[in-house]
Amino acid sequence: MFLVPDSVVRFFHRMASPPHFYAFSERLMPWLVVLFLLLTVTGLYGGLYLAPPDYQQGDSYRIIYIHVPAAWMSLFIYVVMAIAGAIGLIWRIKLAEIVMISSASVGASFTFIALVTGSLWGKPMWGTWWVWDARLTSELILLFLYLGIIGLYGAIDDKRTASKAVAILALVGVVNIPIIHYSVEWWNTLHQGPTVAKMDKPSIHVSMLTPLLLMALAFKVYYAIALILQARVELLQRERNSQWVKTKAVEEGGL
Amino acid sequence: MKPARKQRLILIGLMVLGASLATAFALKSFNDNLMYFFPPTDVVEGKAPKDALFRLGGMVIKGSVERPDKGMMVRFKLTDFNKEVTVEYTGILPDLFREGQGIVAHGRLNAQGVFIAEEVLAKHDENYMPPEVKATLKNPANSPAGQAQ
Repeated sequence: MFLVPDSVVRFFHRMASPPHFYAFSERLMPWLVVLFLLLTVTGLYGGLYLAPPDYQQGDSYRIIYIHVPAAWMSLFIYVVMAIAGAIGLIWRIKLAEIVMISSASVGASFTFIALVTGSLWGKPMWGTWWVWDARLTSELILLFLYLGIIGLYGAIDDKRTASKAVAILALVGVVNIPIIHYSVEWWNTLHQGPTVAKMDKPSIHVSMLTPLLLMALAFKVYYAIALILQARVELLQRERNSQWVKTKAVEEGGL
Repeated sequence: MKPARKQRLILIGLMVLGASLATAFALKSFNDNLMYFFPPTDVVEGKAPKDALFRLGGMVIKGSVERPDKGMMVRFKLTDFNKEVTVEYTGILPDLFREGQGIVAHGRLNAQGVFIAEEVLAKHDENYMPPEVKATLKNPANSPAGQAQ
């Protein structure tokens, strides 16, 4: 491979093998849960207690500690899903297909959270629950893309075929991602411009930014946990007739 | 990379490229419709609709907010730091409405060129800071840089 150390290549080769992924994810899970709890507790304590109120919005701004990480994750998970879809299409790796479809419901949930929290904040601050500006509309389209992907996967019985169809839909939908991110710069919108993700230094005070970044990390770890749990179920369902699943069932279930 | 895989990779690349190009052309042609509001300059230059509802967005000029008949009607001037438009609105203003703040008003122009708003929304900016920091910014004498001078 190109300039990738052998150990990394070997790690990914091993992870692509279903029994190895199943055993490895089981060992990883407790660490991820501890990390998630630590990050969430410190992030929420910092955001809801330590961080000062905003000069204009008072305490209402604190919804950014949920809204902004959820919105970031809605984009991040979509990109992961599309890349996994492309890997599944090109190399026909079963585990990539499973990562793709297991991400969809997590991504849809984060998109929904971002839309709902934004709406709850919009009513007192803007004076309206919803407007059809470019940012809000493109984020709503993202939710529909996620739901379409979940629906399409469920509608096709053969899961290998379903994965191919879903991967193509996910890859076409990727054009929406830069539109969401740049919508506030390309067009006049009611939604404000980027605060953290811009070339200039972030226009948020450091005492407010630190908990925000902690929450963003916490949400990333949560995604890893939810993804692994979903992927393990999906993997067992697909591999139910294979020898390693049967052995595992005998060992653990006493069948 | 095996030829079959390479072919699939190229195919996927072309598909994404095609979808992006199609979307870019579609967005380009709908560009005006995707704008949520018109800036005051467009209104003064007559680019905004004459007899239809549209949205006007801008910054409330400091010291321009007045209540002419001491009632619910508010009159203020909006600017985009180029041209100004006078707005009249009767109703309750959102929490974030204040002088020097961006807002978006929905309404129509009357014969005198005054924008009669039916709805006023506050447009929040992307700055977050504690009140003490804001106070320091307003009064440069208190800031470390101000003291150094």
